[in-house]
Amino acid sequence: MKTGRGLYPAAIKVLSVVGLLVAWVVGAALTRDPMLLPQPWVLFPLFKAELLSGVLPVNLWATLVRVVWAFVLAMGVGGILGYAMGRWEKVNRWLDPWLVVFLNLPALVLIVLCYLWIGLNETAAVLAVTLNKVPSVATVIREGARARDPDLEAMAQVFRMSAFRRIRHVVLPQLAPFIVAAARSGMAVIWKIVLVVEFLGRSNGVGFQIHLYFQQFDVAMVLVYALSFVAVMLAVEWAVLQPFERRVRVWRGT
Amino acid sequence: MIRVEVESKVQGSKEILRDVRFQVDQGEVLAILGPSGIGKSTLLRICAGIDRRFQGRVERPERLAMVFQEPVLLPWRSAVDNLTLTVKGLTREAALAALARVGLADRAEAYPRQLSLGQQRRVALARAFRAQPDVLLLDEPFASLDRASAEDMIALTEALIAETRPAILFVTHSEAEAARLATRIIRLSGQPATLDSTSVPPVPPGAPPSPTAMETAP
Repeated sequence: MKTGRGLYPAAIKVLSVVGLLVAWVVGAALTRDPMLLPQPWVLFPLFKAELLSGVLPVNLWATLVRVVWAFVLAMGVGGILGYAMGRWEKVNRWLDPWLVVFLNLPALVLIVLCYLWIGLNETAAVLAVTLNKVPSVATVIREGARARDPDLEAMAQVFRMSAFRRIRHVVLPQLAPFIVAAARSGMAVIWKIVLVVEFLGRSNGVGFQIHLYFQQFDVAMVLVYALSFVAVMLAVEWAVLQPFERRVRVWRGT
Repeated sequence: MIRVEVESKVQGSKEILRDVRFQVDQGEVLAILGPSGIGKSTLLRICAGIDRRFQGRVERPERLAMVFQEPVLLPWRSAVDNLTLTVKGLTREAALAALARVGLADRAEAYPRQLSLGQQRRVALARAFRAQPDVLLLDEPFASLDRASAEDMIALTEALIAETRPAILFVTHSEAEAARLATRIIRLSGQPATLDSTSVPPVPPGAPPSPTAMETAP
């Protein structure tokens, strides 16, 4: 039996992805209808044309900007709410029912209501996504605030550490694992909701393009846009989230 | 330096402390002795201002430092950063010197988890003394150390006390530690805990504080 983390798990990962591709090719061959499911290699020229014409980058960028806005707002508002709720039981008693209501409100309902009340504009779009994500961020950060070490806070108080130092060096490092967890699940969900928001009421972005090609029944272009944005989000995960997570873990000495 | 008057401290429905009054002056080391669970740590937390839910009052100076039962270091900051971040206005050089003073010159960049418990305790001790407090509170600082490291720590504490001479309030369950470090001993006993009236008279500290110090040999 092989142990450790040698080539084995990596090989399995590659094989697994290849398997998915093979399933796609076989499926496309069996369908025998490129309108319904084109072969993977058919997408490359389409992707290249869309990229060179500039349409793809512009729409990717529009979506990415919305994702970043909604992410920053949801993490900020959800983080502060969650910390307050974990820190002060009274705040929690008042806000917990709200959290339950918003956690159970379907994303689609919030999106439609935002568009109806605020109008078909950027504010409504970003707000709808933010409102969808704030409750779950708050739930995770609340757990972090509850798990904080009272001894460290007593120490900070006795040594009269400044508010800034307390937040920067006592509170945030304790919350860091929870912030990372909220950020990862947040990122994963937010970009999918952004696509829906664009689908329903924006005139650019990946979601809008998918809406366009959906109406033209163009499966190939739907796949080009979807896969391009999946690639962008994977790049964010590897380039931003994972290095941040590693940095946060250094002191654990693992 | 610090004057404590606790009329009553209730936790849940149980009264833990009643009528505990004492004062510690500069250069004095007051040991509070008592069995574990009697409320010594609670009393010390009241003295530190961490616990404010009690009846009575505490007059304490601005500059206060404490060595907790656990080392209570920031695990995500190196030993030297633990000093500079916690103690106001402490430079890196001064923090390194303070670590060298407790024998940790070569461990300054280590994270607390990479240090042994004895080493972590020494960082906590360096932090407390380097804060140059008027009043220093020690909560069982030598508990759960093996005999040799406890002996090292006590000797180190003695030396640091002699150097800086703050007013010290020292909580312990060990008669031997109290006898060795304290200039005065009071005892907590009963339920709710009160001060034992049969408190031991002053014993001479490491360095003779006054010409009237007398031997405590029976």
